[in-house]
Amino acid sequence: MSAAPLLALEHVSKRFVRAPDLAGKIAKVLGADVRTEIVRAVDDVSLTVAKGEVVGLVGESGCGKSTLGRVVAHIHKPTEGRVLWRGRDTAGLSGAEARDAALKIQMIFQDPFASLNPRMKVAEIIGEAPYVHGLADRRGLDAYVADVMRRVGLDPSYRQRYPHQFSGGQRQRIGIARALAVQPEFVVCDEAVAALDVSIQAQVLNLFMELRRELDLTYLFISHDLGVVEHLSDRVVIMYLGRVVETAPTEALFAEPAHPYTRGLLSAVPRLTSRKTAFRSVEGEIPSPLNPPPGCHFHPRCPHAMERCRIEAPVLKEVAPGRTAACHLHD
Amino acid sequence: MSAETLRVEGLQTHFFTRAGVLKAVDGVSVAVGRGRVLGLVGESGSGKSVTGFSIMGLVDPPGRIVGGRILFQGRDIVGLPEGEMRRLRGSRIAMIFQDPMMTLNPVLRIDTQMIEAVRAHDDVSKAEARARSRDALGRVGIPSPDERLKAYPHQFSGGMRQRVAIAIALLHQPDLIIADEPTTALDVTIQGQILAEVQTLARETGTALVWITHDLAVVAGLADDIAVMYAGKVVEAGPVDRVLDRPIHPYTRGLIGSVPGRNRRGVPLAQIPGMTPSLLSLPPGCAFRGRCARADAACATMPELSPFGLDHLARCVHPHLEVMPG
Repeated sequence: MSAAPLLALEHVSKRFVRAPDLAGKIAKVLGADVRTEIVRAVDDVSLTVAKGEVVGLVGESGCGKSTLGRVVAHIHKPTEGRVLWRGRDTAGLSGAEARDAALKIQMIFQDPFASLNPRMKVAEIIGEAPYVHGLADRRGLDAYVADVMRRVGLDPSYRQRYPHQFSGGQRQRIGIARALAVQPEFVVCDEAVAALDVSIQAQVLNLFMELRRELDLTYLFISHDLGVVEHLSDRVVIMYLGRVVETAPTEALFAEPAHPYTRGLLSAVPRLTSRKTAFRSVEGEIPSPLNPPPGCHFHPRCPHAMERCRIEAPVLKEVAPGRTAACHLHD
Repeated sequence: MSAETLRVEGLQTHFFTRAGVLKAVDGVSVAVGRGRVLGLVGESGSGKSVTGFSIMGLVDPPGRIVGGRILFQGRDIVGLPEGEMRRLRGSRIAMIFQDPMMTLNPVLRIDTQMIEAVRAHDDVSKAEARARSRDALGRVGIPSPDERLKAYPHQFSGGMRQRVAIAIALLHQPDLIIADEPTTALDVTIQGQILAEVQTLARETGTALVWITHDLAVVAGLADDIAVMYAGKVVEAGPVDRVLDRPIHPYTRGLIGSVPGRNRRGVPLAQIPGMTPSLLSLPPGCAFRGRCARADAACATMPELSPFGLDHLARCVHPHLEVMPG
């Protein structure tokens, strides 16, 4: 038997509930149709990530990819299901063990402008967590911060500066340094390069690959950009309206997508090599997660939808070795 | 009437700030003909958007067009009296912005806004203006346009809002549309839908299109010609196939090498070191030389935009003349 995966999600769901406010309750008493609104942001997702693996999590706005990332990073508690870290349920951990598991999973955010405290100096932003968690003492902190900054390609002599004195790309490096400062093993990157210019994005992507090699990191790389994911990931997970619709090794997925949604996504991606193409895409729009369609969530946009797709939600099952898809076409 | 819809010659748009003169656009020349698509590519601060705003006559103080000509159907529109510019803007030249809420008024219904836009330029009845609005919405792929006319902008999704903005731009069947990153904020399937619509429209109506973007891949599929901008200047221009397959300028090469997802999984991307220089403190000579592997003393004087084969221009003293590998 192989060792437990570094991280495993078992039937994880995350629901956001908005109960009617006072005005809503009064309106309800008076006979208005006011209901509690429930968004199933993540709906019964199971996923494993092996040590050293880079898993790309892809989907369009509102598909739940960021929520799933936040569940993995302990920012949200799952409504249902379990998050296993090294084979142990994180909900059952306590004290030092819980803190350790939380520290080992760090997150890097999309917006390098909103995710850094504008009133803190870079040295404080990067140094606060390692100091609090005893990874560096007061005397060694300065050298520790300088070391982390060098690692992400920042000049340590800038450590007394504030975030606004840096460019977007440098700010993203500060965010990466902050995550790395507590020596994580697993990093959740949520659209970490989406806000950057192409040439700066390439620098940061190269940095991610370098850090992976040097520090033996494992990534959950969340992105809407299939090009970025194709470049970086070993394995790709495609989400649609809260559910995983396909998982596959990167090459296999891009060579031969198994789910109609994945196929549509890939055909919509503009490529440098396709000149004067007739652009094609999936028809329609992603429905509201407040009121998802019954059966397979994708059926209203799917060119192959059958009667069964409108009634029965397909389960994710193996369609080839190492590949899964949730689609009735594979029955 | 000349076949060229737009010709920009030596355009200079400078911003006179307290910190100094910011030469956002400094000697840009581009042209686009009827029914053709020009991709204007560059990163943040390259001056691509300011070029678009200059063509629209929408540069606000402290910015000012200080030099060059903008020939629209052969007529210079720089310094045109505001009244005349207004007659062109929205009817002959239209613009689509990245954020459709820059076009749409959040407190007015779509029909109010569209009918107003029609009647601003054409003396038609309300009923006729409404009919034209409905047709325009239908043309950009908005389902049940009659009902959607009565909705407010917030009742539309981001992609649908951008479609409305495009429909408004199309109302008067303009000869030229300036599109400033109109699909950047959209999901990839919605972007694909909108690119498909725009492509068909440009082909059918003969509208010339200037597509401003940072995304080379979008331009590859959409444009006939490309102009690559860096620090306020065009550094390379030419037909799409020439520029993307045989890029001459080291910056263009770097930009293409930076695009991930070219079947090179795990291989480091050919990144460009450093970052875009501040426009306030540009070194003399080529603005890219601080980041360029080929730079030497010769780069201290600004190279001219010179021809390298048919219609292919580049501004470099150390041009790459071989086909780009990979």
